[in-house]
Amino acid sequence: MSDQVTPSPGKRRIGVYVCHCGGNISDYVDVDRVIDAVKDEADVVVARDAMFTCSDVTQEEIAKDIREQGLDGLVVASCSPKLHTTTFRGVARRGGLNPYQYTQANIREQCSWAHTDDREGATGKAISLVRAAVARTRLSEPLEPLVVETTGRAVVVGGGVAGMRAAIGLADMGLGVFLVEREAELGGWVGDLPKMFPNGTDGHELARRLQDEIHRRPAINVFTRAEVVEKTGTYGNYQVTVRAGGEQIRLDVGQVIVATGFASYEPEPGEFGYGAPGVVTLADFTRMLDEAGSPLVYHGRPVKTIAYIYCVGSRNETHPYCSRYCCSAAVHASLLVTAADPGVRQYHLYRDMRTYGRHELEYIESRRRGSVYMKFADDEPPLVTSDDGSLRVTVRDLLTGGDQLAIGPDLVVLVTGMVPRDNAELTTALKLPVGLDGFFNEIHPKLRPVETVVDGVSICGACQGPKTVAESVASGLAAAAQAAAVLKRGVAELDPQVTFVHPEACTGCGQCVGACPYSAISLVERGPAKVASIDAAACKGCGGCVPSCPEDAIDLAGYTDAQIRSMIDSLLVGSET
Amino acid sequence: MTPVPAHAGTGRGPRAPHGGGPRVLVFSTNGISDPGIDLAGSSHMHYPTEVVVISLPCTSGVKPSWILHALERGFDGVFIAADGEECAYLQDCSERSAGIVERAQELMEAHGIDGRRLRMAAICSVCAEPFTRQVRAFAGSLAGLAEVAA
Repeated sequence: MSDQVTPSPGKRRIGVYVCHCGGNISDYVDVDRVIDAVKDEADVVVARDAMFTCSDVTQEEIAKDIREQGLDGLVVASCSPKLHTTTFRGVARRGGLNPYQYTQANIREQCSWAHTDDREGATGKAISLVRAAVARTRLSEPLEPLVVETTGRAVVVGGGVAGMRAAIGLADMGLGVFLVEREAELGGWVGDLPKMFPNGTDGHELARRLQDEIHRRPAINVFTRAEVVEKTGTYGNYQVTVRAGGEQIRLDVGQVIVATGFASYEPEPGEFGYGAPGVVTLADFTRMLDEAGSPLVYHGRPVKTIAYIYCVGSRNETHPYCSRYCCSAAVHASLLVTAADPGVRQYHLYRDMRTYGRHELEYIESRRRGSVYMKFADDEPPLVTSDDGSLRVTVRDLLTGGDQLAIGPDLVVLVTGMVPRDNAELTTALKLPVGLDGFFNEIHPKLRPVETVVDGVSICGACQGPKTVAESVASGLAAAAQAAAVLKRGVAELDPQVTFVHPEACTGCGQCVGACPYSAISLVERGPAKVASIDAAACKGCGGCVPSCPEDAIDLAGYTDAQIRSMIDSLLVGSET
Repeated sequence: MTPVPAHAGTGRGPRAPHGGGPRVLVFSTNGISDPGIDLAGSSHMHYPTEVVVISLPCTSGVKPSWILHALERGFDGVFIAADGEECAYLQDCSERSAGIVERAQELMEAHGIDGRRLRMAAICSVCAEPFTRQVRAFAGSLAGLAEVAA
């Protein structure tokens, strides 16, 4: 690491650190030229390079520079901010610098790696990106997280397998839990299931075990035939109103976990013969298997031939996603049929089999036991007709050279997937983000898989998309851990990068109030006039209200009008060194 | 008010700092499109070095005046890599973003800037190839505008 300190001509004291990232950056960007180009920028008092800025040694050197050079701004030009923003905010804090006066310039993913064919161009672009980061940092203000005390209880909405497991998890971490279930009993879909794939666990038994666990824990209060109708308060201290038995009950909680599950797709009348006797959905068929003896009987007649039609209501314009579990569930159901009566002929008409992971073994087993699989084209689904109570299914089978085949089944099982529940009231009450597919949206499917943009409100289970029981339980426990991590500390920190009003510029027109779906903005008296006021604890920091202001009176901290304009200008400065 | 350079909106601004192609400013979003742009780089997909990115929390937070500012100061085009339907903040992000583009184009028209210098497309968190394709095509069309202007 070579010193490149120059006197500061400006008011700020900014340190710039450019990373080689081994060679991931410096193989394609001339790091020395980047340093040369920015070391004399106004306000830059330290400009250094490092082989790995994220290494412990360099982190400590940066923290030392902050202390010894009295830096009041920090720029690290390295990889994507998604990877190391937290790291370098920590470095800033250790050096005594406010973490929000740090900017990361992305010169790896958005420069060196995207321009491996153009070292000259990549070097020029890296210089521009670092200059823009310096410009943003120059206008940065110290920000402090808003610290709020939390109420050490949570409400879990939905008493299916994910919700029950989340409630047990929270109680076992010493927290109070309110478990709110819309139906008369806990259990959800799993409580209605017989033996489930892949290992034959009985759904009724599993739900009963979880209910017993819940009843053994006095920390869990259960409300059945109950629904959430309102949420007020702020992060860490919510008042959730529940309607139960004609009463409205107010629950004071610090966290909310939503585990409302899914709905099973209901085919349209006539869709693959649905509505005709003998045409049932997978959910109906699963219940039949649960109730039936051996041999399998439908309306008093023995069932000797079954046709399964896969992907009904899935992977189409209305529901473009794959529910994923249904292939495995149908294969498993066919194995239950075989176990009860090996003589039943079973034909599986599919588009693509998606028995992923260990479920593939059941698929293999079902074929070994005689199930016949036929693949149909996406644009040529099977045809189901019913004539005098006799069912007939015709299909062009791609596996046998496109032969048109006809089956006369006693039962047609439409393998239906998961669709979002109608949760309009809950969605409105909790202001939950809903995706295009109708399921609730997490912040990030990989990095923040159970959190939503509504602070303190997590989602888990199949309300966020199709999941198996195992996946639902895992996400229920993840949501419990996420909620407990906040509640056990007793205080919560809110990201301070939220919007703020310049009251002197505000005319009180109120357009911003309507632009915020989180009710974070209100008009307050300011002398004789009214001006907009933002509740920092309710603001999500999206900045959606910023363009709504005709007077430019709202800014988003960290992304202010001045900062963005300054970055734009800096990006246009020539790269000559 | 900052004076508008004579070259504003003509695609004939000062030489681009990196190469010779049209300068494109991209507004991305921290949680959705920026990871998609990152993925393009991680996959070593190439696009012009004159394409630079400013990332914000949400597309609905882009001010139309920023777009005008960028075009007046010398960018040849602005590309909004939008959250689309995936926005985790605002259910109506797409409608809001469309409104922002509409207002920006009104501003551009009032300042004599060709509306084709602004483009928006939804870029998801894994949309590496669509991003690369879109910005290349946009840079190509901006180069075409410059030729016509010349």
